[in-house]
Amino acid sequence: MSGGLITLRSTRRPKTPPSVLRPAKSRLLTVLIGLMVVYSVVPLIWLVINATKSQQSLLSSFGLWFADDFSLVDNVVETLTYDDGIFLRWLSNTMLYVIAGAGGATILAVLGGYALAKFDFVGKPAVFAVVIGAVAVPGTALAVPTFLMFSEMGLTNTPWAVIIPTLISPFGLYLMWIFCADSIPRDLMEAARIDGANELRLFLQVCLPLLKPGIVTVALFNMVATWNNYFLPLIMLRNENLYPLTLGLTAWNRQASTIGGEAIFHLVITGALLTIIPLIVVFLLLQRYWQSGLSLGSTKE
Amino acid sequence: MTVVSPAVAADPAVRRRRRAGAAGSSTGWAFLAPFMIVFLLVFIAPIIYAIYLSLFRDQLIGGSVFVGLDNYLVAAQDGNFWAGLTRVSLFLAVQVPIMLFLSLLAALALDSGRLYGSSFFRLSIFLPYAVPAVVATLMWGFMYGTRFGLVGNINDSLGVNLPDPLSPDLILASIANIVTWEFVGYNMIIFYAALRVISPSLYEAAAIDGASQLRVIAHIKLPAIRGAMVVAAIFSIIGSFQLFNEPSILQTLAPNAITSSFTPNLYAYSLSFSGGQYNYAAAVAIIMGVITMIIAYAVQLRGIRKDGQS
Repeated sequence: MSGGLITLRSTRRPKTPPSVLRPAKSRLLTVLIGLMVVYSVVPLIWLVINATKSQQSLLSSFGLWFADDFSLVDNVVETLTYDDGIFLRWLSNTMLYVIAGAGGATILAVLGGYALAKFDFVGKPAVFAVVIGAVAVPGTALAVPTFLMFSEMGLTNTPWAVIIPTLISPFGLYLMWIFCADSIPRDLMEAARIDGANELRLFLQVCLPLLKPGIVTVALFNMVATWNNYFLPLIMLRNENLYPLTLGLTAWNRQASTIGGEAIFHLVITGALLTIIPLIVVFLLLQRYWQSGLSLGSTKE
Repeated sequence: MTVVSPAVAADPAVRRRRRAGAAGSSTGWAFLAPFMIVFLLVFIAPIIYAIYLSLFRDQLIGGSVFVGLDNYLVAAQDGNFWAGLTRVSLFLAVQVPIMLFLSLLAALALDSGRLYGSSFFRLSIFLPYAVPAVVATLMWGFMYGTRFGLVGNINDSLGVNLPDPLSPDLILASIANIVTWEFVGYNMIIFYAALRVISPSLYEAAAIDGASQLRVIAHIKLPAIRGAMVVAAIFSIIGSFQLFNEPSILQTLAPNAITSSFTPNLYAYSLSFSGGQYNYAAAVAIIMGVITMIIAYAVQLRGIRKDGQS
């Protein structure tokens, strides 16, 4: 039975015959998927190239190549200082929303997922049904009533209006639930209990370290959702000083079409580039964690 | 990682109780409570409030009046609402299958081990997911431009006359392209993660039976990731019905092509925030929520039924 496998793994022949386990590399397939890479990356290349252009050459030069002037540094400086440096204000708002909102959402998802995976309690089936049902309700459908509720509570136009709704991530709860079910052996929990650990200690010292890849994955996806959030702040915030980056950029973009407004497309483009860099860096740095986290998270599918 | 110090060893009575109750109901609820409390505030309460709102109407004279299901009847005959609903349904029927098919193709190709440089491909295709919808839309919006944008550049330099992606005829396809660009990589990663956990022993068995690549895909890989496909389909359906960011941002570039009722969500938004018609907007939002739930539920059922057959 294993004979075929052994010959495949042997190093005597440099070219192993194609098989299901050790398939030959395919140029055709590489080219096909290469086309998808081009599709995915070209707009980003466009963004990088055009962040180096001044407002004038932006309109006069070819989109996928550099203009004669190289204004990247000027653009970055102008982006950061325009309108008394409001871009930096938007950046710090975004970071506040990410740390408080996405961070809080991750903590709630870990605690909740752990409870659902490792405890049998009264009402658990109902919780399951309600949470899954709520996922299907479009978030934007909730926006208007949430806005009205928050406005009666005096929360609109404050950071809370953005942070509190961000705290719930049904997808995060679901991922954490599967992850806890998979990666914490019940025997280990029993052993710790017999040794006399109380429930909080058991969770913090025994279970939490095992959950690290899952936590990183959920935290990262919550972070993206919060960093990219547009609709919620759009309806909740009126004060420009509370805007996150996404809302600020669209305000700059709209400025060109308002009467008497100055067109600042070069700042929109440079600002857009500055907005995406942090997330891309985080994804690249943590890729080993979130990819293994997702794989583990999908075993129960 | 180390377990517990002997100093904390509990007395036998406690030990027995813990073991018998398998860490009882109260502990489970204690861990779940923080999530549920916020969940009630930001999910359940707004749903109930929206239902309540949808049953009233603001009159110029007399304030808020109970009108029963009147708002729903108005919506049923509202041409703007139907046009938006038809538009997102068309979007759903075309964009979601194309996107999921491309994602699946890329995931299978990566998983096949037949690619040169596969980790580079995986990350590059995933990259757009980290780009905010706002930035993606601004970027594509600039590129779509026939005067100064990339489309205009191509027209000028090649002497061709590409159709305007921001014209009323093409705007929906242009939006579909942006959404596909944003989420192909995300769905690919979800599928890829599910493919990675298939037990190698299944492939070994297939190899011994002399199964071809295509048969392995059809009989091992696809059934194994059906759950992931159902989840991805449901999230994409919800996303399509929620379509808002992309059309709303493109509106400044294509004011003639994108009306304030282009999608039901855009309609509900403009009803409440430009029109002040909160009650009617709530009814529209609830109708959309119910439709989404029904379709998501149907997709889930279909996925589960197929699971049962195999």
